Formats: sequence, structure tokens, C-alpha cells
Amino acid sequence: MATLDIKKGRVEMIHGSGGRASQDLLEQLFLPLLDNPWLNQRNDQAVFDLPPGRVVMATDGHVVSPLFFPGGDIGSLAVHGTLNDLAMAGARPCYLSAGFILEEGFPLADLHRLVASMAEAARKAGTPIVTGDTKVVEKGKGDGVFITTSGVGVVPEGCRLSGDQARPGDAILVSGSIGDHGVTLLSLRESLGFETEICSDSQALHRLVEVMLEVSPGLRGLRDPTRGGLATCLNELAQQSGVGMQIDERQLPVRETVRAACEFLGLDPLYSANEGKLVAICPAKEAPALLQAMRGHPQGEEAAIIGQVTRDPQNLVQMQTRLGGQRIIDWLQGDQLPRIC
Amino acid sequence: MKYIDEFRDGDKARHIARLIHQQVRGGRSYRLMEFCGGHTHAIFRDGLVDLLPQEIELIHGPGCPVCVLPMARLDMAIELAQNPQVILCTYGDMLRVPASGGTSLLKVRAEGGDVRMVYSPLDVLALARDNPERQVVFFAIGFETTTPPTALVLRQADQLGFTNLSIFCNHVLTPAAMHAILSDDGPRHLDGFIGPAHVSTVIGSQAYQVFPEQYKKPVVIAGFEPLDVLQAILLLVRQLNAGRAEVENEFTRAVTPQGNLKARQLMDEVFTLRDRFEWRGLGSLPRSALRVRPELAHLDAEERFTFSAGQSRENKACECPAVLRGLKRPSECPLFGNPCSPENPLGSCMVSSEGACAAYYSYGRNRTQEQRLARG
Repeated sequence: MATLDIKKGRVEMIHGSGGRASQDLLEQLFLPLLDNPWLNQRNDQAVFDLPPGRVVMATDGHVVSPLFFPGGDIGSLAVHGTLNDLAMAGARPCYLSAGFILEEGFPLADLHRLVASMAEAARKAGTPIVTGDTKVVEKGKGDGVFITTSGVGVVPEGCRLSGDQARPGDAILVSGSIGDHGVTLLSLRESLGFETEICSDSQALHRLVEVMLEVSPGLRGLRDPTRGGLATCLNELAQQSGVGMQIDERQLPVRETVRAACEFLGLDPLYSANEGKLVAICPAKEAPALLQAMRGHPQGEEAAIIGQVTRDPQNLVQMQTRLGGQRIIDWLQGDQLPRIC
Repeated sequence: MKYIDEFRDGDKARHIARLIHQQVRGGRSYRLMEFCGGHTHAIFRDGLVDLLPQEIELIHGPGCPVCVLPMARLDMAIELAQNPQVILCTYGDMLRVPASGGTSLLKVRAEGGDVRMVYSPLDVLALARDNPERQVVFFAIGFETTTPPTALVLRQADQLGFTNLSIFCNHVLTPAAMHAILSDDGPRHLDGFIGPAHVSTVIGSQAYQVFPEQYKKPVVIAGFEPLDVLQAILLLVRQLNAGRAEVENEFTRAVTPQGNLKARQLMDEVFTLRDRFEWRGLGSLPRSALRVRPELAHLDAEERFTFSAGQSRENKACECPAVLRGLKRPSECPLFGNPCSPENPLGSCMVSSEGACAAYYSYGRNRTQEQRLARG
């Protein structure tokens, strides 16, 4: 066994060869950090039991640039991304897997830092990373590291959340300030060269969802407004459910710094990505209790009722502006920013 | 967010809107052109038409840089981007504009062309420095707002002695376009202009004096915030009611009578007027655009590269030209919405968020034809 120089060493092609060097990387970097009984067995797969209920599975690839940003890094983001996809079905996440594509020459110190961050995020969520894979590509064929995570979870009996169940009259809620992640990433782009006090909202939402399910038995659907932002998320839900949506600009929670950065860059927080927020659709009569429960939870302190579902054969999302005018909130056109998650 | 929030205050906006309602005279119309795409965007984004009386008709002007660039010039940029020696840099809006044969800079990039989006033209200097073996070309577009930054690049490139950087200059002049619109003021005549915001910070309010004098049309220069636009409409209504035609400056927090003298001097140093320039929609206009001065010909892409004189192929059904002149509304184009949409733009006005067609489609396509005609 060769000792890895985690402080100064770099990823080499042999680390992905499947041979001794791959084993060194596994034993000296991944296993000590991710440490759990399934991984420690060193099989090519993990075998586990699941609690009763319907099983949910989700997968999410992460190619974010830069790899480290205020509020997180590609490691924690990769964990939260899949956890939240599971949570949006109302699931309790149980197990995760992680696949790494590493670029030759990537500093082992950076790899160590982001795997530690993944381990921490997984530990906090109570969802171990039980199996994984690592490949190495030649220098110039990757961008440091790409991570794909998958996860399985279990949905409690009777819970049937789905994006196609919004009904006219339902309330639309959002769990907190919008646009934080996308604007944070954009502010870091070297070509823009300005810094703001904002940080990514990357966080796991399944515990918030648990609380929401308790107080709103009629909850129709949940979705996390990641790429494309809140605007795109609402359009997806409207189309899936065959309804329209009417939101009120004055009710949208947007941080002052995010608004300022968006002004400066000509962006719209409605289209900026989130990595730790959710949109909820529920029957109007359940909305006050749901809002109260969300606000009582650390991940939903700034939750707001932002509008309601309407009858609209065109499935448009519309907004009353702060001045009292009316306009459409369209799908994201083109690409607001490259590689944000 | 001071200086922004106070210009978006809902109560103040409704107050100005009430004053406009009180001032307008029934039985007459107020056909006001907002020259800038920035104003068009603000009007739709904030839903301002819903606050205005029916008598006010807002006509969307040609002040959208990517909209007025004729396809022939874009085809030239495409040709540059296809040159393996070249790194072509431009602003993001330009990338999706359709060129001849349905191509675009984005499509050229997908086919292997090196096309880069820049936020600031000064990024071009760094690209040229970091890629000494390549030819870096800045595809410069826009009105007087974006011209000074290009001028700065030219001056710095000259001072630093760059031999691998050049400017493909397509900068155009606002007053020339206003002349073109007013001198051909047909059946859908205009009553006045909401004058440009950022352009006016550079050229100053005096630059518009000729319009009241020569055409008897009032111009009110306005900022891009909703209260700016509403206040400008109120001032125009008052002028028209009183039979006055003057230049008024609502945007005094940024616009002076002379404008930005330093920027204007810099522009004079590096650019010269073209005899004529072709505009999409407005035709060939005399003394309406800039090119790099002959002394700086080594930095002029039109001197450094040769272009094939291909025929540009515009979509014949596209009504962008009439939309840009204020003669037709976007919804009167047979292509509007289907097949032309922001996802699949067939004309330049459907690309940029400042384009009238894109603003109509993205923010107001559900309004009925009657609502559109009656309420702008």
C-alpha cells in the first residue's frame, strides 16, 4: 500500500484503473470520511432493508463551477440535490450512492475537502452514502470533478404527492427567499469580479417536508425550484396539472442583496436557481396551518403564500406586479447562467 | 436598494397614474413612442399598461440594439466566427439572433466556432492577451450607451500595441433613427417620444432639441424605472394638451444637457461617422452609424478580414421592419407566437428581452387583440 499525499498530491490516471492505486484512494480518502457499515464491507454494491411503504428513487448529476462557493460546494450540493428530489415525493430518504468523475491532476486536498463535505451533509441528513464509483479522465477531459448521486427513500402510507394534482383555488407557497444559489454562483464568476454577502441556500429539505405532511393531509405536490428558478418550476406544475397560476409580486420573498445583484446584472430572481427551497401546492383551507408549520421550522422561516392556482386552458403563470399591473411569468428562455448545479 | 425602490413605489405609481387619468382628454389619442427597448421591457415587466387610460397608446420604438442590426452584418459576424483563427466575442443577446439560412452564432459555436459571450468589452483585452496565437474580434453592437466601452477597448488596444485584436464595429446613433421615424411619419402618426435613458446620459438632453424644432414633437427623457416612465407620460400628456413641443428631462438624476463629455470625446477620438448604414426596418440612413477611424485601421475588423459578399436571406413574412418603425404591433405579424417565439425566434425582435415581440410574447400574449390595440 502506498500512502496518499492528501495535502499535496493530485489525482492520477492510475487512481481510476481499478487496481492497487484505486484501492489506496478508497481506503485512505473515501472510506475514512464516508465511514458506514455498507461501504466498509467493500462490495461493489450495498445490500439493505427498507422500511415499509412505497420506494422512491432519484438521481442527480452535478457539474457546478466553481466547485466551492459560499454556503456549500459540489459535495454538499450533490447530497442535497438527490435528497431534495426524494423529499419532493414526500419520501424519507434512506440511502445514497455517489459516482465521481475526476480529472487527472485534480488536487487530492480539494477532493478530500469536498468528500468531507458530502460526508457531513449525509450525516446531518441521516442518509449514509452506501455505495459508489470513481473514474478518472485525462487532463482537459473534465473540469476537476463531476459527481452523480442517486438515492432511495420510502414514502409513508397514503402519501401521493405529485406535480399533476394542482386544482383551481389551491394555494401556492414557497419555503423561503428565492434566487440565492444562482446569484451566489454568478457573483463568483471571475469575469464579473464582484462579491456580495449572499450565500447559496443549498440544504436538505426532507425534515421540513415531514412537518408539512403532518399538518397538511391534502398537500397536492411539492417541487424544488432549481435550474430555471421559481418561474420555470411554476410553469412546469401548471402544465402538468392543466391549470393556471396567479402570483403576487409583493408576496415573493427575495433577499435585498439578491435583488441588488440581479439589478446590477440584469437578471430576474424569478429565474435564478435555488438549491434549498421548495414550492408547495395545497388546498386553500390548509394553507394557513401549513404556512405556520413551515415558518416554525428552520428550513421554512421565511415561507410565504405567494398566490393561487387558477382555471386557465392556456396554463399560464401570471403575476400581479408590485404596481398593480398584470403580466405573464414565462418559462426560462435560453440559459440564464451556465453550470450552476 | 435606495434609488431603485423609491422609483418602484406602488402608491406613488398609482398617484401618477391618477393624474394621467385626470389630464387625458377624451376623444383624442396620445400616441407615444418609447424609443428604448429598456422602456418597452419595463412597461411590460411592471404591467404599466394596466394603470393607464385607454387614450394613451404606447408604440414600441427601434431602440433595441440586436433588433436593428441588419442580417447582412450578422452574416459577416458569422463568417468571422467560422474562421478557425478567430475568437469572436459579443454580448449574450446577440448569440441567438437568426442569421441567413437559419444559423446563429450559437449554432456556429456548436459546430466548432469559437464564440465567447462577454459581459464587458474590457474582457476582450484579457482574451487577446491570453491567446496571442489567435485573432480576437469584438462584435460591437449598440447605441451610444455601449459605444464608450468599445472606444475604451480601442484606445487601450492601441496603446498596448495589440496585433491580434480588432473591433467589428456596428455602433449606431439614436438621433438618426428618430429622424428616420419622424420624417416618414405615416398614417399612424406619433404624438411624442419617451426619450432614451442610458443613451441620454452619454449624448445629453440637448441632442433632442432638433425634434421639437423640426417636427413639433415633444420629447421627455425618462429613466427605466416604472415611476420614471409614468412621470414621462404625464409630462408628455401635459405638453400635448397645452400644444407645446419641448425637450423635458425627467431623468435629471443621470442626464445633463451636455451628457458625458469625457465619453463623447473618447468616442470622437476613435470613431468616425459612416456616410450611410443599413438598419433593419429603417433602411439605409445617412450619417447614422460609426466606424473605426482610419488611423486605427489596424484594429478594424472590416480592414483586417475580407468578407464574401453573400446575399442575406431574411424571412419574407417577418414583420420586424414594420414593428421597428412602430407601424405594426408584434401581434399583427403572421409569424407571431407560431412559429416565431423566444424559443424559436425567426426575427430579431423576438430574441432580446428588449425586443418588442419578445416582450409582447413573454409578458402579454394572453391579452386579447382588443386589449392590445386599445391599451398598448
